[in-house]
Amino acid sequence: MSDTVAAHAPGGHHQELGFFRTYIFSLDHKMIGRQFLFMGLLMIVVGGLLAMLVRWQLAWPETAVPGLGIIPEPYIYAGEHGGGIIPPQTYNALFTMHATIMIFFVVMPIMVGTFGNFLIPLMIGAGDMAFPKLNMLSFWVGAIATVLMLASFFVPGGPAAGGWTSYATLSARAQYTGVEWGQHLWIMSLLVLGVSSLMGSINYITTIINMRAPGMSYFRMPLTVWSLFVTAILLLLALPVLTAALAMLLFDRMLGTSFFLPEGGGEPLLWQHMFWFFGHPEVYILVLPAMGVTSDILSTFSRKPIFGYHAMAFSMIAIAFLSWVVWGHHMFISGMNPLLGTAFMMTTMVIAVPSAIKVFNWLGTLWGGTIRLTSPMLFALGFVSNFLIGGLSGVFMASTPVDIFIHDTYYIVAHFHYVVAGIVFALFAAVYFWFPKMFGRMMNEPMAKIHFVLTYIFFNGAFFPMHFLGVAGHMRRIYNPMQYEFLQPMQHWNVFITISALCLGASQIFFVVNFVWSLCAGKKAERNPWQANTLEWSAPTPAPHGNFEVQPVVYRGPYEYSSPEVKEDWLPQDKNLGAGAAVRAH
Amino acid sequence: MMQWLPEDVSTFGPEIDALFYLIYYITAATFILVTVLMVVFLVVYRDRGDRRATYNHGNTTLEIIWTIIPAAILIVLAFMSASSWAKVKRHAPESDFELGVAAKQFNWEVSYAGPDAKLGTDDDVKFDNDLHVPVNKVVRIQLSAKDVIHSFFLPNLRLKQDAVPGRTILVWFEATKPGKYELPCAELCGFGHSGMKGWLYVHTPEDYQKWAGENLAAKPQ
Repeated sequence: MSDTVAAHAPGGHHQELGFFRTYIFSLDHKMIGRQFLFMGLLMIVVGGLLAMLVRWQLAWPETAVPGLGIIPEPYIYAGEHGGGIIPPQTYNALFTMHATIMIFFVVMPIMVGTFGNFLIPLMIGAGDMAFPKLNMLSFWVGAIATVLMLASFFVPGGPAAGGWTSYATLSARAQYTGVEWGQHLWIMSLLVLGVSSLMGSINYITTIINMRAPGMSYFRMPLTVWSLFVTAILLLLALPVLTAALAMLLFDRMLGTSFFLPEGGGEPLLWQHMFWFFGHPEVYILVLPAMGVTSDILSTFSRKPIFGYHAMAFSMIAIAFLSWVVWGHHMFISGMNPLLGTAFMMTTMVIAVPSAIKVFNWLGTLWGGTIRLTSPMLFALGFVSNFLIGGLSGVFMASTPVDIFIHDTYYIVAHFHYVVAGIVFALFAAVYFWFPKMFGRMMNEPMAKIHFVLTYIFFNGAFFPMHFLGVAGHMRRIYNPMQYEFLQPMQHWNVFITISALCLGASQIFFVVNFVWSLCAGKKAERNPWQANTLEWSAPTPAPHGNFEVQPVVYRGPYEYSSPEVKEDWLPQDKNLGAGAAVRAH
Repeated sequence: MMQWLPEDVSTFGPEIDALFYLIYYITAATFILVTVLMVVFLVVYRDRGDRRATYNHGNTTLEIIWTIIPAAILIVLAFMSASSWAKVKRHAPESDFELGVAAKQFNWEVSYAGPDAKLGTDDDVKFDNDLHVPVNKVVRIQLSAKDVIHSFFLPNLRLKQDAVPGRTILVWFEATKPGKYELPCAELCGFGHSGMKGWLYVHTPEDYQKWAGENLAAKPQ
C-alpha cells in the first residue's frame, strides 16, 4: 500500500549532530515546523503593531502616537511628549505592510508551514517528509523572504504603500506612490517566498501520497491532513500565476516594460486578473488548514466522530475546485465586462455552499457529544463562530448590485477580518492543542482560557462595528474619515473599534507569557494528554528523529471516539484490538 | 445595522437596497439559528461525567438537505441580483445630458460640453471636483483616469465605478431629490487618496438653468 520508512533508533542522534544541525539547519520536519512557528509568531507582533498604528490614526486622526517620535521625518512628524504623527504616505504603507505580513508571513508560515511540517508525517505514520533537505531549504528561503520584506521598511521612500493587492498602475510606476525600493523589495520578497511555498507543497503532496503507514487509506487520514493536502495542491497551482504577475510588475517598474501601463499598450486590469486568479485560491489556502484542525479538535473534545467525514473531505475538495472560478468577484466594479460580473456572481454564490456544509457538520459533531471546554476547544469554537459571521457577510458582496455600494468599504474589511483574521482562533487552538507534542510540556490552562475570553470579546468588538461603517459607505484605506461630511457621524464607531483593537492587542500578553513560560517551565507532558486518536499522539513526547518506536499500523479512522468496541471514550487509529475484536470497515 | 445606510436619492437605489435588506434578513436568521443551536449544544451536551457521547458518523439525508436548501437560496439570490446589475451596468438609458469625469491624483476633472454641444472638444467647460445636474434627469458620465485607478463613488446614488487609465467607461444615474451629495474616491490612488472628493449638486430644473446660465456660457479658457 505505501512504503514504510525504517524507524530510527529511539533517542535520536542529537549529540552527534551538533547545535547547528539540530536547531538551525535541521532536516527534521518537527524542528522545521517549530522554526516556522517562531518566525510566524515574531511576525504577528510586527503585523499587529502595524494594525494598532492604523487604528490609532483612524480613531484620532493626526494626533501624536505615543513613542513614535523616535522615527524621523518624513516618515513620522514629531508631536507632543515624544509622540509622532503619521502622515498620509506612511499610513498607506502601514496598512499595506500589515496585510502583507499577516497573510504571507504569519498565517501561511504558521498554518501551512508549522502545522503542515510538524503534523503531516506524524499523522500519517511516516518518519519524516519525503524530501528532508528540500524541507529545510523551504524554511531558509522563507527566512530570506522575511528579511527582504523587513528590509523594505528601512529604504529611502519607505516600504510598499500600494495596498497588499498592489494594483497597477499605482504600483507599476514609482512616481505614482513615491515609493521605489520599498516596492521593489516587496515584489522580490514575495517572489522568494513563493519559491519557499512551492518547495513545501511538493514535499507535502509527495509525502501524503507516498508515505502513509499501512492501513492509512486516504479516508482514514485526519481532516487536518486532508486540508493540508488540498492546500498544498492549491499552492502549487496558484503561486506560479502570482510569480508571473510579480515578475511582470517588477519589469514594468525597473526595465521599462508596459505589461500594465496603458501608455505603452499595457492593461491595468491584467494585473487584477492575474493577482486575483492567485488571490482567491490564496484565501482558501489560508482558511482550509484552519478548517482541518477545527474538525480534529472539535471531534476530539466532543468525544464523538466528526459528523459527515466524507462530506467534510469532499467539501474541501469542492472549495478547492470552485476557488479557481470566482476570482472576478474582487473585480465586479473594476471596469471589466459586466457580463463577467454576472458569471462570477453565480460561481461565488455556489462556493458558499461547501463552507455552509462544513459549519453544519461542525454543529452535528457537537450534537450528542460529551463536550470538554478545554482551551483548544474554546478557540476552535471561536473559529466556527467567527467564520460563520464572515461567511454570511460574504453573501452581501457576492450580489453584484449590493457590491456596487459595499465594494471598497469597511463592509469588505469586516468580512475578510472575520474569515481571515478569524483563522487566528484556529491558529491558537492548534498551538494550544499540539504544544505538548511539539515542546514536551503543557501550557497553563487557566491563562489560556483567559486569553480566549479576552481575545473573543475584543476581536468582535474590533471587527463587528466595521459592518456598520461599511453600510454607511465608509471607504477603505482612507487616512482621515473626518474629511468626509457623510462619515463624521460614524466616527464614534472608529473610536470604539480602535479601543477594542488596542485591547485585543494587549490581551495577547496572556498568550506570550503562557507560551514563553511553558516552554521553559511548563509541566512535562505525557504522551497523549488529550486522549486523542490520531497517530501523532502514539509517538513519544518528545518524538525522536523517525518519530515512531515501531512502524504504526492503522486499523481504523481517526475519529473513533466513544466507540462501542472499547470501554474508554477514545480508540487510537493504531490500536490493535486483537483477532477476536469486531472488524469495522471504517 | 441597516439604519446607517445613507439617504437614497437614486432611481435604482430602492432595488439595490431591497436586495441588501433581503440578504440581511436571510443571513441574520441563519446566524441566529446556527448560534442558538451551537450554544444549546454546548450547554446540553457538556461533559458531566454521567453519559457517553452518541457514536454517530453522520446522516446522509441531513447532508443533502443542508446542501440543497442553502444552494437554492443562494442561486435565487443570484438571479434576483442579475437584473439590477444589468440595469445599472449594462443598459444605460439614452440621455442628452452627458458629462466627462477624468480622475487624476487627486481630484475629479469634470467636463461639460461647451457651446458646440459636443463633449471632448476644446470648448468644453471644465471644473474641479464639482458636478451640477438637474433632478429627475438621466445623467451619463464618460469616466476616465489619467494616471492610476480611482473609483467614482456616490453613496447617495448607490453608484460606484472604478476609473481605469487607458479606457473610458460609461456610468449613469438619475437623482430623485435635489441636494448636495458627497463624491469620494473609493480606490487607493496614492498619498492623496484620503480627502480626494467632490460634490454632486442636484438642482431643481429652474436652479439648474440658473447655474448653467452663469457657468456654462462661453468662457475664456
